[in-house]
Amino acid sequence: MRNLRLSSHSRRAALGDRGRRAHPDEVVAVGGYLDEQFCQVEDLQDDASPNFTEEVVTLFFKDSARLISNIEQALEKYPKDFSRWDAYMQQLKGSCSSIGASRMKSECMSFRDCCGQGNPEGCMRSFQKVKREHGALRQKLEAYFQLVRQAGPAGAATRPV
Amino acid sequence: MEASKQEEAAAGGKQGGGGACCRGRDARAVESSRKESKVVVPVVHDDAEAETEPCVIAVDDSSVDRALVTALLRRSKYRVTAVDSGKRALEILGSEPNVSMIITDYWMPEMTGYDLLKKVKESSELKQIPVVIMSSENVPTRITRCLEEGAEDFLLKPVRPADISRITTRMLLH
Repeated sequence: MRNLRLSSHSRRAALGDRGRRAHPDEVVAVGGYLDEQFCQVEDLQDDASPNFTEEVVTLFFKDSARLISNIEQALEKYPKDFSRWDAYMQQLKGSCSSIGASRMKSECMSFRDCCGQGNPEGCMRSFQKVKREHGALRQKLEAYFQLVRQAGPAGAATRPV
Repeated sequence: MEASKQEEAAAGGKQGGGGACCRGRDARAVESSRKESKVVVPVVHDDAEAETEPCVIAVDDSSVDRALVTALLRRSKYRVTAVDSGKRALEILGSEPNVSMIITDYWMPEMTGYDLLKKVKESSELKQIPVVIMSSENVPTRITRCLEEGAEDFLLKPVRPADISRITTRMLLH
């Protein structure tokens, strides 16, 4: 059964290591896009669910695209409805947290802070950052899974100690 | 390993609210997939064997969290039915014998996890079933309220393997 876990070197390459030496446990945190929770997701992958990580990530982007669309509409249709905006962003933040999307989660939190402050301009700026991080994360993870697929059985997985 | 890709719609996502009980199948919850992904692969057991396995009902409106908590529970060898709403969970509870635990998100539209907890604890048939609440927010008053209402435990998301170990160990002691 093909093992889809990348070696630490390949994972760094996929997720954008900037050349620093990474402790094996920090590999996935390189670049700050993902935190240790992503490792937890990967650890749930096994022979019975060999594509589990990619499937969860796919679910995440499906959900997150919907939520971002909802927020976009809410920002337009319900001006200064901070409660509504915050509720949508809370869901998005939760999803980010579940897969370890730390940078995107951070921007979600900034947005919620702006909601709490009643700052619509701040919300708009934060939302643009959320969308940017979402796009960047998608690119990073697409590259990562591309490597995973290319690695094949021989390429993987020295699991980080 | 058998790799049949048969869907069970045990976790139906926003559209459906599906939730088929896993009779005769291993502990896998399957998201009803559209284009992108199918999660999890069922392994067939005998019906008799499957029905004696403890069954957990996982309730969460987030498809990501349903997939994660299902995988965590599967690691602990539980048979899992994952649904996306409290309403759907109550429907399943009406037909599924041998439910050993309900694990539910707190914040869901229409019926919160707290509402579901209350309904379970108010039911003479269901009140013995342990209910665990999950939430991404650490709100002490929320936690207290759930525990006072009879929740077995309150887990902060993202749920970790150690959390599942803790609650399943406690259930074994009951």
